[in-house]
Amino acid sequence: MRARITFTKQGALRYTGHLDLHRLWERAMRRAELPLSYSQGFHPQPKISLASALPLGFSSRGEVLDVRFNEEIPTQEIADRLKDSLPRDIHITQVESVEERLPALQTLVLSAEYQVHLTEPVQGSDLMRKIEEIKNSEALPRERRGRFYDLRPLIERLDLETEADGKHCLFMILAAREGATGRPEEVLNVLGIEPEYTRVERIRLIFKE
Amino acid sequence: MLIPEQIETKLDRILLKVQKPGRYVGGELNSTVKEWDKVKTKVAFVFPDIYDIGVSNVGLKILYDQINQREDALAERAYAPWVDMEALMREHGIPLYTLESKQPLACFDLIGFTLPYETLYTNALNILDLAGIPIRSADRDETHPIIIAGGHSATNPEPMHAFIDAFVIGEGEEVIHDIVNTIQRVKGQKSKVNDEDLRPSTFDRNLLLLELAKIPGVYVPSFYETTYLDDGTVAHTLPTIPEAPKVVNKRIVAKLLPPPVKFIVPTIDVVHNRVSVEIMRGCTRGCRFCQAGMITRPVRERSVQEVVDAADEAVRSTGFEELALMSLSSSDYTYINDLVDAISKRFEGRKLSVNLPSLRIESVSVDLMNKLKQHRSAGFTLAPEAASERMRRIINKFIPDEEIINTTRDIYARGWTTIKLYFMIGHPSETLEDVQAIVDLCRRVIDEGRKVAGWKVKLHAGVSTFVPKPQTPFQWVACDTRENILEKQALLKRQLLKDKSIKLSWTKPEDSLLEAWLSRGDRRMAEVIYTAWKNGAKFDAWDEAKKQEAWLTAFEEHGLDPAFYTHRQRRTDEVFPWEHITAAVRKSFLFQDFRQSLEGQIRVDCRLNCFACGILPTFANLRRENPGEGWKCPDVKSPAKVVSGQLTVISHPSSVAGD
Repeated sequence: MRARITFTKQGALRYTGHLDLHRLWERAMRRAELPLSYSQGFHPQPKISLASALPLGFSSRGEVLDVRFNEEIPTQEIADRLKDSLPRDIHITQVESVEERLPALQTLVLSAEYQVHLTEPVQGSDLMRKIEEIKNSEALPRERRGRFYDLRPLIERLDLETEADGKHCLFMILAAREGATGRPEEVLNVLGIEPEYTRVERIRLIFKE
Repeated sequence: MLIPEQIETKLDRILLKVQKPGRYVGGELNSTVKEWDKVKTKVAFVFPDIYDIGVSNVGLKILYDQINQREDALAERAYAPWVDMEALMREHGIPLYTLESKQPLACFDLIGFTLPYETLYTNALNILDLAGIPIRSADRDETHPIIIAGGHSATNPEPMHAFIDAFVIGEGEEVIHDIVNTIQRVKGQKSKVNDEDLRPSTFDRNLLLLELAKIPGVYVPSFYETTYLDDGTVAHTLPTIPEAPKVVNKRIVAKLLPPPVKFIVPTIDVVHNRVSVEIMRGCTRGCRFCQAGMITRPVRERSVQEVVDAADEAVRSTGFEELALMSLSSSDYTYINDLVDAISKRFEGRKLSVNLPSLRIESVSVDLMNKLKQHRSAGFTLAPEAASERMRRIINKFIPDEEIINTTRDIYARGWTTIKLYFMIGHPSETLEDVQAIVDLCRRVIDEGRKVAGWKVKLHAGVSTFVPKPQTPFQWVACDTRENILEKQALLKRQLLKDKSIKLSWTKPEDSLLEAWLSRGDRRMAEVIYTAWKNGAKFDAWDEAKKQEAWLTAFEEHGLDPAFYTHRQRRTDEVFPWEHITAAVRKSFLFQDFRQSLEGQIRVDCRLNCFACGILPTFANLRRENPGEGWKCPDVKSPAKVVSGQLTVISHPSSVAGD
């Protein structure tokens, strides 16, 4: 069967990268004694695919993976068995059974929503003005690792909100398609915000229907 | 002092600027986080190398579990931050903290270092400094934690005597409880006397050290003094107070405790991602170069059932893909065939690769690996240690050449394409002919392999340099000089590097010499270590961070000559700096074995014939209470001697050595 698991990644696990997270899930499935499917060949790989790599340091409330098992298991049972096998900074929020024939999970991702907490006080009005400038711009030419691209079309939403304690936080939805991925730190850079004074959380991934 | 929340806030600012930040955050499965305020005694265990290496250390895992099983104590972990992280921690004023609670190390009652090898000494100093704890024992007071250390290099604790409050000699699983109980007792006394001051950190430090010195197996160096002869060797090291024993005997456990099963599962990739189950402790082979084989006696084995059940539980609780069955000599485990059968059966179809290191060079070993369905791509490792039969007699690891050739041919024939052979150069009395023998043997192995498996066969020769270690039959010998090592290595490189089927690796002479002067150093070495660290020496086991200059300058500054420690043949009547510390293998036994080595005499496996090394007289009572198969020493049948109402140790081997 093919199961889709939505999960959070918080705390210390913010510093576990994509490949290590893959390994972490493999071990969790082994601990839960779930009948994980493996690829054929000399170095069999578990059939687990993560929807979208989460940059190091970001927490997440909605990561998604697809996993294939050798037999049908009720989704509730999958959730129950994994619950005690996961490190404390991962929680499963949903398990569903999905069509075997659906395209690979990675190809279904359209965009991702982020919430950026600004840990140092900022001039709200000043920031608002910069956000409006971005929104009103036609193009935002950027260079990243020697490659030129336009950041503007990758920004689908960008808003500033003030939290109860007076601190600010940004909401952004950025494209996350293959070859067209917007990165929160690039947006922060345009806004003149140092990444070390922020805490970024991915709220959800947005998929093709 | 910073509180955990402040440390975490500061960490969030810097972690993305360092390599592998996952090293510094904890949160691993199977780590134990207790409520800080609810336990009486806090212990931090430190492996003074990076997380990637330290996290899988089994010794610390055993102690971590021992402490965390107590309701009145907690144990947490810390490792050496890599240089990038250290620089940022210093810049941002972050003290070294534990991964579990993010408490500064300085807030703990007890800090326990493991020092498995000497090249960690400067790192231990650096860690104390990063924790804001005075580096010298003498500069610490009752507001500081007690610093203890154990591990194989505590066999000669003297070079670190100025920095460590107390050393644990031998096995730690029981004595760690004695230490924690003593801390609780002494700190409890103080708080009764002074009701107003109940802070756990106030106690009479000297009283505590005194009480620690009374625990068997604990060495408190500040209660001893060394005097030297005119030639710079030790005259004697004597206790300065009556409570401290003249000789500190190592501690052992009569029976191995159940092995740890809840291994920490790192959330980043580390060196050993595996479950390790110790199947046997100690070794009966008596290889003369091998410190582990001399200091971990007696041999105690676990039952097949216990090993298999523990492995199963550990694999279930970690999800690891690899299992290592650990011992110093797997082939000598009495029920090795049964164990391998039981393991293969239990883990069939569970995608687990099983590692059985330290196999004897014989065809039976190939059968064992075959049964474990070991991936042929992993290579097959054997350790002849020396290539000429003469040399193998001297080191007491006698294997005829033909046995090596037959075994390696068999390995290639059964589908392994790569064999790793471990050798050492620099054994006592070694000549260039003996080194040439390494080349010849490697070529023969390849030639014979090609006959059975064709041109694809490969050989990896790992050639390290022998370093004489304390409490071994070779503790008297000189370490090879830099020039000799280079000449021998040049010979190997000249002849082996051109062969495409053979890969050669070797140890830099600088690395070996550093290990050599530290391992047989005396108390004066402490100043050299301190100065070398001040000059920037740390991560001495790592090439890239190595600062040889820092060490040589430090020697010069203190008027000491490294050659005195490395290249000097010791007098037969020399008093060693570690004379007052014993792993219970007698100096007279070691000396006799050393003499036999010079005559090329070999000693058989001591399971076949007890050579009265000294273990049984020292631990006669333990053995008497634990007769039979558990130990591989003869039973002790003589009645315990009773002196003034107390059981004492019998001191004559003849009364205990069985047949």
